[in-house]
Amino acid sequence: MKKEGEIRIPSGCAIAGVITKSEEKISGKLIVNAMSVMHERSNGLGGGFAGYGIYPEYKDYYALHVFYDSKSAREECERYIDENFEIINLSKIPVRSTPKITDAPLIWRYFVTPDHNRLRDSQLDEKEYVARSVVKINTYIKGAYVFSSGKNMGCFKAVGYPEDVGEFYRLDEYEGYSWTAHGRYPTNTPGWWGGAHPFSLLDYSIVHNGEISSYDANRRFIEMFGYKCSLLTDTEVIAYIIDYLVRKKGLTLEETAAVIAAPFWRTIEKMPEEKKRLYRYLREEFPSLLVTGPFSILVGFENGIMALNDRLKLRSMVVGEKGDRTYFASEECAIRNMEPNVERIYAPKGGEPVIVRRA
Amino acid sequence: MTIIDAKGKSYTRLNEEIAGVTEARIEHCEGQRFLCDGTSGKKIEITGVPGNALGAYLNGSEITVFGNAQDAVGDTMNSGKIVIHGSAGDAAGYAMRGGAIYVERDAGYRAGIHMKEYGDKKPVLVIGGTAGSFLGEYQAGGVIVVLDLPRKESKGKSEKNGAGESGKASVRGSVNNTENNRNIVGYFCGTGMHGGEIYLRTQTPPDDLPLQVRCEPAFEKDMRNIRGYIGEYCRLFNADEASVLSSPFYVLRPDSANPYKRLYVMN
Repeated sequence: MKKEGEIRIPSGCAIAGVITKSEEKISGKLIVNAMSVMHERSNGLGGGFAGYGIYPEYKDYYALHVFYDSKSAREECERYIDENFEIINLSKIPVRSTPKITDAPLIWRYFVTPDHNRLRDSQLDEKEYVARSVVKINTYIKGAYVFSSGKNMGCFKAVGYPEDVGEFYRLDEYEGYSWTAHGRYPTNTPGWWGGAHPFSLLDYSIVHNGEISSYDANRRFIEMFGYKCSLLTDTEVIAYIIDYLVRKKGLTLEETAAVIAAPFWRTIEKMPEEKKRLYRYLREEFPSLLVTGPFSILVGFENGIMALNDRLKLRSMVVGEKGDRTYFASEECAIRNMEPNVERIYAPKGGEPVIVRRA
Repeated sequence: MTIIDAKGKSYTRLNEEIAGVTEARIEHCEGQRFLCDGTSGKKIEITGVPGNALGAYLNGSEITVFGNAQDAVGDTMNSGKIVIHGSAGDAAGYAMRGGAIYVERDAGYRAGIHMKEYGDKKPVLVIGGTAGSFLGEYQAGGVIVVLDLPRKESKGKSEKNGAGESGKASVRGSVNNTENNRNIVGYFCGTGMHGGEIYLRTQTPPDDLPLQVRCEPAFEKDMRNIRGYIGEYCRLFNADEASVLSSPFYVLRPDSANPYKRLYVMN
C-alpha cells in the first residue's frame, strides 16, 4: 500500500444537509439515503452525520460522544468526566453490526452537566468549561477522542461509506430538526475514525469538501486561544475558527463567513462605503483566519445551518427549498432524492453564505 | 425508442445499456456520472438528474436533457450536441474542442473554461440565461454566447413536461440571481482568455475584464458569426429570435496588442 505523500487521489467528498423550520421531525434515514446517490464522491475512508434536536429527553445536558482505543482509555476518561461533570446517563452508542464497517473503537455516550462546584471554582462560563474539558481529553488522554459535545445534538462517524455508517449507527431510529452528512475521500491525510467528519465542538459541527491550503497558518493562530488540533486533518481547524469567531468574539455568522471566505480586495473596493468598511475591517482584524483553497462546507448549529463555498467556488454546492424545509448537497441529485418536487433550486455564489435559521 | 430505467443502476451498467442502442430515453436518472461518454452516432434523451461529466469526450452523439445537468457537462467533448432544457452546473463545456452545447437557462461557475479550437473544430456553448463567475477562463478558442433572456416562468417553477420525475420539477436558478442584482456574468469573466470569442447580450458589459481582453460592441459582421447558433437556440427552446436579436451584443476577444507577458516574473 502506498503511504502518505506517495499517492495523490484527485476527487472530492460529498456533503448534504436538511433543516426544517416547522416542528416536524426528520428521520436520519432521509439524509442517509441522500448520500447513497453521491457514492462516487467518497472512497470508503470516512462517513458521518450530525443530527440536531435528536435528544429532546436530555436537551439540557451536554451529550459527549467518545471513541476509545482501549478499555484503559475509557477508564481514565470516565474518571476525568466523573470528576468534572455530573453524569446523568451513560451507555454504549447502539450500533448495528455490518461487514462494511470494521475495526470499530469502543463508542460511548454520556449525558452530562458540569460539576457545580468545579464550574464555580473555574470562573468560566459553562460552555467554555465544557469546551476546555473536551480539548483536555482529546489532547492528554491517550486513546480517547470526544467527537461530539453539544446539547440536543450528536455526531456519528466512522471509517466506511456514509450510507453504511448511517446503517451502523442506526440513524433511522433518530429524528431531528436538522441533519448534515459527509462522505469522505481523503487525499492528504489518513482515513481513521477520528478523522471522519463532522468535526464538532459544543453545538457547532462542520462537514467539509475540499482542502485547506492555509491550514497551518490557521492552526498556528487558533492554537494561541486554547484550541488544539489533534485529529490529523484540516477540517478540524474550521470548527475551532467558527467557535472562536462566533462564541468568543461575538461575530454573526455572516461576518464569520466574510472572515473565512473574505472577498478579494478588488471586490471589496467596489462595495458601497459602509459595507466596504466592514469587510475591510474583518479582513484586517482576522487575516490569519482567512481559509484559502477549495471548500464547500455546511456548518450545523443550534436551530440552524450555514452553507458556504470558498470565494472562487472551487467546489460544488446546490441549495433547494420546499415548504418549511431547505436542502443542501454537493449535487442536485441528492436534493431530488430527498425531495423530488423541490420548488426552488439554486447554486449560491462563492463566498456568499446561505444561512437558514429556525424562527 | 428504447426506454432505459436508471433507478438503482450504476453508471457502468447504464453505459453498457447505452452502448447497445442507437436511440434511447433514460428515465429516473439519479446522479449517475459519465453517461454517454465518448459515444458516437447516438440520440439519447434523459429525464431526472444526470450526474457529473455528462457527455464527456462526446464524439458525435446527441444528448437532450429534460431538466438540469450537474457539473462538467460536455467535458472535453469532440463533436456532437448536448441540449439542456434547464440549467447546467459548474464548468459546463470544460476544455471542449468541438460540437455544441445549448443550455436553456443558466450556467454555473467557469462555463467554457479551457475551450479550444483547431482547423474546422470550433466548439460552441450557448447559455440562454446568465453565467457564473470565471466565464471563459483560459479560453483558447471556440464561441461562447450568453443571452440573459428573461425567465419564462416565475419562482423557478418550470412549465416543462418531462422535467424530473414528477413532470413539474423545478429548474435550477442562476448563481447570479440569488438577489435582485441580476448580472449576465459574475466576476472575473475571461480571466486568462487567449483565444476564441465570448458574445454577451447586454447593455452593460463586465467592468472587471482583464487587460488582455478587448470588449467591443458586436457589429453586423460579428453577429453573422453567431446568428446560426441563436437561431438554433430559439428553435430548440421555442424562443422568439427577433426579440433575442433586438438587444445589443458585446463581443470579447483576446487583445493581441496586449499579450500576456511578464505575468509572474520579470525576466
